[in-house]
Amino acid sequence: MSDVPEHGAGTEPVRILAPDGSPVGDADVGLSPEELRALLRWMVLARRLDRECIALQRQGELTVYPGFEGQEAAQVGSAFALGQLDFVWPTFRELAAALVRGVDAVQYLQYHRGTWHGGPYDPRATRFGPICIPIATQLPHAAGYALGQRLDGTNAVTIAYFGDGSTSEGDFHEAANLAGVWRLPMVLFCQNNGWAISLPSSEQTAGEIWRRAEGYGFPGVRVDGNDVLAVHRATERALERARRGDGPTLIEAMTYRIGAHSTADDASRYRDDAEVEHARVTDPIMRFRNWLLATGIADDRFVMACDEEAETYALEVRAGVIATPAPPADWMFDWVYAAPPSSFERQRAEALG
Amino acid sequence: MSGALNRALYDALAEDPRVLVFGEDVGRSGGVFRVTDGLQAEYGEARVFDTPISEAGIAGAAVGLCFAGWRPVVEMQFDAFSYPAMEQVVDHVAKMRMRVRGRVDLSITLRIPAFGGIKGKEHHGESPETYYAHTAGLKVVAPSSALDAYRLLRQAIADPDPVIVLEPKARYWSKESGELANDGPGIGDARVLRDGETVTLVAYGAMVTRVLDAAAVLAEEAITARVVDLRSLSPLDDGVLERCARETGRVVVVHEAPRSVGLGAEVAARIMELAFDHLQAPVARVTGWDTPYPPASLEPLYLPSVERICDAARKVVAY
Repeated sequence: MSDVPEHGAGTEPVRILAPDGSPVGDADVGLSPEELRALLRWMVLARRLDRECIALQRQGELTVYPGFEGQEAAQVGSAFALGQLDFVWPTFRELAAALVRGVDAVQYLQYHRGTWHGGPYDPRATRFGPICIPIATQLPHAAGYALGQRLDGTNAVTIAYFGDGSTSEGDFHEAANLAGVWRLPMVLFCQNNGWAISLPSSEQTAGEIWRRAEGYGFPGVRVDGNDVLAVHRATERALERARRGDGPTLIEAMTYRIGAHSTADDASRYRDDAEVEHARVTDPIMRFRNWLLATGIADDRFVMACDEEAETYALEVRAGVIATPAPPADWMFDWVYAAPPSSFERQRAEALG
Repeated sequence: MSGALNRALYDALAEDPRVLVFGEDVGRSGGVFRVTDGLQAEYGEARVFDTPISEAGIAGAAVGLCFAGWRPVVEMQFDAFSYPAMEQVVDHVAKMRMRVRGRVDLSITLRIPAFGGIKGKEHHGESPETYYAHTAGLKVVAPSSALDAYRLLRQAIADPDPVIVLEPKARYWSKESGELANDGPGIGDARVLRDGETVTLVAYGAMVTRVLDAAAVLAEEAITARVVDLRSLSPLDDGVLERCARETGRVVVVHEAPRSVGLGAEVAARIMELAFDHLQAPVARVTGWDTPYPPASLEPLYLPSVERICDAARKVVAY
C-alpha cells in the first residue's frame, strides 16, 4: 500500500460519518427521515444507471460515456440541498446531480447517444445547465448567471460543478475571481476525485484546492465527498450564505473516481488496482446505508426496494435510450442562428435537397 | 465614430431595460476610446460596470447572463486582447444556441476595437475577422463611418444572435454629419458608396476611406471605380458582390489582414462561383502581408496604400 499515492493528504475533510457508517459528528443535518431515505434512493438509482450506461456503451448503444461511480454522495448530497430556483452548471460527469434535479435520464443520455450536443434537455425548465465538456468553461457561465439572478432581485443561488483538473484552467480562476469581487450568490463545488484522466491530483496542483478560496476573498471548506450528510450540510451552509448576500463559497469534496475517466480510457495504464480497492472501502453508498440501518431510519425492506426500483429504472432508461431515434437532418441547421442569413439558408437547401 | 457608438449604446440602454454594458474600464473611465463615456453615470452601476481584466470571464459571464434573460454588450479592450476569450466565444457564444436547441438566444454583442493604422504598440493592430467569420453561429460586422457605426451597433444589439462588432480604431475620431438611424442596410447587407463601371473595389472598416481615395485618383485616369463597403463580414452580401462583379467584370478586394486565408479569399471565391463568366480579369487582392502586424514605423509598408490599390486596379483593367 505504501506505493499508492495518497489522495487527499493534508487537511482532514469535514466528516459526519466514518467510512463504516458510524457517526463521528452531529448527524442531524435538518433532513426528515423520508428525505434521508431519499438520499440513499438517489444514490442507488444513480449508481445502477451509471453501470447500465457503461453496458450500453459496450453494446454500441452509447458513444463514449464518462462514469461517476464513487461520486454519488458528492453529487446527490449537494444537488439535494438546492432550492427549486437554484441553477446548476455541470461538467460532463454530473448525471447523478441531474437526476436529483429532475432531468429526464433518457433526454440527458441523448448526449452520450450521440443524437445531440450538451443541451438535449431544457436547461431553463430543469434549472440544470448544458453538459459541458471544455474544462472549466461552465464556471464563467455560472458567474454570469449568478449575476443575472441577483440583478433580477431573486435570492436564487447558482452552483457550478467542476473537478480537480479544472482548477488548473484559467476559466476557474477568472470565474472564482469574478465571484469574489462581485460577491456573487454562487457555490463553487469541486469534486476532487483524485484523477484528471491519467494525472493524479497531486500532480495537478501542489496546494489544497479549498484553500484557494482565501485568495479570492471568500471561504473554502474541504469536506468528505463520500459522506452524503457532510456534503449536504456543507452545501446547505454555502447556499444559506449566498442567499444572505454574503457571497460565494468554494467546497472541495474529496471523493474518488472508481472507474476509468471514460469508456475510452484504460485506467490500468496509469494507476494501481490496489488504489482502487483501497478507495472502495470508503464507498459512499455502503457508508450511508450502514448508518441508515443502524439508526433504524431505513430497514432492509427499504434497501431492497431501492435496489429493485433501480433495476426497473435502469431497464426503462435502457429501453428509452435504444428507442431514441436519430435526429432529423434539419436539426443540423435549425438552431445555429435565431435569424439565419440567406446564404446560410442556401447551404441548408444544398445539404438537404 | 466614437461618439456615434456611444450614442448607440446610450439609446440601446434606454430602449431595452435588459441591455447590460460591461468590460474593462468601460464604467468609471468611459473606455479607452471613450465609447462608453457617461453611460454609467446615466444608467447606474448595475447596468454599466467595470470588470477585472478577465476576457474569458467577461465572455463567459455574458453566456450565463443570456440564460438569465439579459442582453449583454461587452467590450474587449483591443483586438489581440480578445484572444483569451476565444474558447468561450468559439465553444459557447457561437454554439450554445444550437447546443440547447434554440431554447436560449445568445444575444451577445462583442465590441472589439480592431485593425491598425494608429501607430499602436504590438498586439494593438490586429485584424481578427477571419477567426470570427470562420466560426458558425457568429455574425461579424465592421463599420467604416460614424453613422453606419451607430446603425450597425444598434442592429447588433437588437439581433438575437451573437454579433462581433469590429470597430476600426483608425476611424474612431472620424466625423460624419447626418441623421442617426438604425434602419436602412442591415447585418448581411453591403453598401455601394461610389458608382463606377470599370472596376469594383471591395473593402471594409478603415480601408473603405482609403479605397474611396483610390477611386478619386483612378477617376483622373478615366477608370471609374465602384466602391463597395462590405459592412457585414459574416454573412457576406452575395447579391451585391454578384451584381457588381457582373456589371464591372473586374474586382479588387482590399483588407488590412494578412492575405492568406483572409476574407479577400472568400470574396474572390464567391465572385468566381457567382459571376465567373462575367469576369474580365482575375480578382485581385490588396492586403496586409503574411507577417505579424509590424511596429509603428513600418505600418505604412504593411497597410494597403492608395498607391497599391490603384496599381491593382490598373492591372485588372489592363488585363
